[in-house]
Amino acid sequence: MFAYLIRKLGVIAPTFFGVTLVAFVFIRLLPGDPVLLMAGERGMTEERHAKLMAEFGFDKPILVQYGVYIQDLFSGDFGTSIITKQPVFKEFFTLFPATMELSFVAICIAVFVGLPAGMIAATKRRSVFDHVVMTGALTGYSMPIFWWGLLLIIFFSGILGWTPVSGRISLLYYFEPVTGFMLIDSLLSGQSGAFKSALSHLILPSIVLATIPLAVIARQTRSAMLEVLSEDYVRTAKAKGLGRGRVIGMHALRNAMIPVITVIGLQVGVLFAGAILTETIFSWPGIGKWMVDSIFRRDYPSVQGGLLLIAAMVMIVNLVVDLLYGLINPQIRHRD
Amino acid sequence: MRKSKKLLAALCGASLLAFGAVGAQAKTLVFCSEGSPEGFNPAFYTAGTTFDASSRQIFNRLVEFKRGTTEIQPALAESWDITDGGMKYTFNLRKGVKFQTTKEFTPTRDFNADDVVFSFMRQLDPEHPYHKVSGASYEYFNGMSMPDLLKEVKKVDDYTVEFILNRPEAPMIANLGMDFASIHSAEYADKMMAAGTAEVVDLKPVGTGPFQLVAYQKDAVIRFKAHPEYWDGKAPIDDLVFAITPDASVRYQKLKAGECHVMPYPNPADIAAMQKDSDINVLEQEGLNVGYLAYNTKVAPFDNAKVRKALNMAINKQAIIDAVFQGAGKIAKNPIPPTIWSYNEATTDDAYDPDAAKKMLAAEGVTNLSLKIWAMPVQRPYNPNARRMAELIQADMDKIGVKAEVVSYEWGEYLKRSKDVDRDGAVLLGWTGDNGDPDNFLAVLLGCDGVGGSNRAQWCYQPFEDLIQKAKVVADKEERVKLYEQAQLVFKEQAPWATIAHSVVFKPVRKEVVDFRIDPFGGHVFYGVDLK
Repeated sequence: MFAYLIRKLGVIAPTFFGVTLVAFVFIRLLPGDPVLLMAGERGMTEERHAKLMAEFGFDKPILVQYGVYIQDLFSGDFGTSIITKQPVFKEFFTLFPATMELSFVAICIAVFVGLPAGMIAATKRRSVFDHVVMTGALTGYSMPIFWWGLLLIIFFSGILGWTPVSGRISLLYYFEPVTGFMLIDSLLSGQSGAFKSALSHLILPSIVLATIPLAVIARQTRSAMLEVLSEDYVRTAKAKGLGRGRVIGMHALRNAMIPVITVIGLQVGVLFAGAILTETIFSWPGIGKWMVDSIFRRDYPSVQGGLLLIAAMVMIVNLVVDLLYGLINPQIRHRD
Repeated sequence: MRKSKKLLAALCGASLLAFGAVGAQAKTLVFCSEGSPEGFNPAFYTAGTTFDASSRQIFNRLVEFKRGTTEIQPALAESWDITDGGMKYTFNLRKGVKFQTTKEFTPTRDFNADDVVFSFMRQLDPEHPYHKVSGASYEYFNGMSMPDLLKEVKKVDDYTVEFILNRPEAPMIANLGMDFASIHSAEYADKMMAAGTAEVVDLKPVGTGPFQLVAYQKDAVIRFKAHPEYWDGKAPIDDLVFAITPDASVRYQKLKAGECHVMPYPNPADIAAMQKDSDINVLEQEGLNVGYLAYNTKVAPFDNAKVRKALNMAINKQAIIDAVFQGAGKIAKNPIPPTIWSYNEATTDDAYDPDAAKKMLAAEGVTNLSLKIWAMPVQRPYNPNARRMAELIQADMDKIGVKAEVVSYEWGEYLKRSKDVDRDGAVLLGWTGDNGDPDNFLAVLLGCDGVGGSNRAQWCYQPFEDLIQKAKVVADKEERVKLYEQAQLVFKEQAPWATIAHSVVFKPVRKEVVDFRIDPFGGHVFYGVDLK
């Protein structure tokens, strides 16, 4: 297992450096520069532009800038935002718990609804349930997040008044963040009703964010199950007289889980992408909105640092997924 | 819905606990702001969102704009004298002004001349110990040419400060009302510097303004409480909360649900529904801005005023107001908005007349004319959809036989390339006023110094230049009004731009909000606002 982990980490290290290069180069390929955007219609003289570019170190050759960036990374410095003047690492981890909390709830919804829905659809192939699940999954997958979010807000918050419109907690509650996870902090605050408020604020954004992963997981589970259910060993298990639950739960589902877990792992990247829109609609103070703002302002250090940290998160999740393969099917780690 | 509507009422009660207020039930106003501030030192930034959260609530300036107007009134300076031919400004400072007390700082003295000198010298003097703290760059200060203009800011005594200028500049007083000119505490700065935490003054602001910062959670909420010892009397509301809500449709839902009292920047498409809502008042005012199409007057045949006039006559501005502004705009005839003093009512706009335009072009011997129309890639109050506007102008040009092509670039590139003196084509752009002074439009956008820069028409016309330069140094306002009125007549006759529109600003507020006034500068000022 240890050797397997080392091999996986050996792949992650070069990927990480690949990401630093991509993040560094791509943001600079975008036309315009942060100093020009800072000045806006008011503009500035060529001299002042050059002076500010030099102050930020953007006047040096790109390879030199990259070298300085990598050197700083090795000393744990992710840079300082040229807009807010705050360390990128600090800004990221101030906002990251909000995205993490939302993504975690969303992936839980997606897994706990998508997995059984896909399983049942597979075992009841061509039934009404199967058609409903598959049509629902297709609709969910195709729905623009922005439109879907607004629709839910107008209906559940505007018309029915069941859920709050946006934010993480009611403005009635005020406490200093301890963990950054609102559900935990609201409990720690000891303020009556705070946890309920935080939970109610999570409902709509997590449903919206869960929609696409849920659709993908349901479809993937269904097709993986269908494939496994037609395998000889399943037929043999049935022929041996094993109960339906045991055949599906023990023999079929466990083997169908490999591709499903891969898809769940990949959905983490999708969640971060979806968070950009979901966070904007629901005024959710996470890293999605922060990244978009940083890109629009050409805040190079924030974009570089943010992309790197997000990539690191996605890589960690995928490493965990790889390790899970080994647990589900020990043959994988031996073969690898 | 009913449950949500109780929120604001509940907030008032809850804020007693949250902010530790005592006595009668605290009044809390919630503003659904559009974004997070970049920081809390207004001298570092140029965005209105940042000013709303800093200079407009936490700080004061020597002079300020009377709420809801562009009129200057005394603030931290009670009075001032202009001497030495407009080169020396002496300010007599207000006594008994208290700085806010925060967790980081308890002031031991009142506001005085040291604070004024600190606030300006930090920006002016590159050797000042605070000049580079927080990686600051002072864009507005530089953009308003203050380093060229200001020679020195010096303390005469505790309550008298002198500003020595390098040249006379009539808009100087208006400049001092701007956000970058906010006054910070020198005592706080000294303490933080001594403690080795100088940058704290920019993160945890301390001012003399009507509200003080209590807490900020990025992209979520900003909490302020009324400054109890505010020199002009405590604000009628006790607490002010900015609920950061980036999406306009969501802001509207929050306003409807009673989760906030005031919202900025509504979607034009929602205005009609808001006006019908009995819980909402939609305030309305013309914005302090102008959207225009600037020809390149250095390139033939656009160097000919008659050709430019003919093209102006081909543009159906009303169609633009209807389609692009969806009614939230007014046709612009002058290069300054009507809310600015010296706006010349007497000028006549070029009438929409494609046939006459065609004849005028023919009379000038211009045939087979082609023109590039530059469309901005971003949305601005003075131009909510530049691409659509450019297409409408393109269709108008087609009617008089001018072949127009719409081009666009990334915003930074657009701003850079449009400055080019040899630029090919006419540029759609605009301007929002900084200080309510006509000089801020006419000299910046149409003065000879701006050619190759902010003067996108590359227009340097001596009779116009003489008028605006004279108006810059004349202290008498009546005389300045006459000069600017004349300058606008010259502008209309020469037509370096097609003036398109001034936006109309809509501000939806809930019915229980009392005396909220639209700020012509686009800001949100909550001192003086009350709740029923």
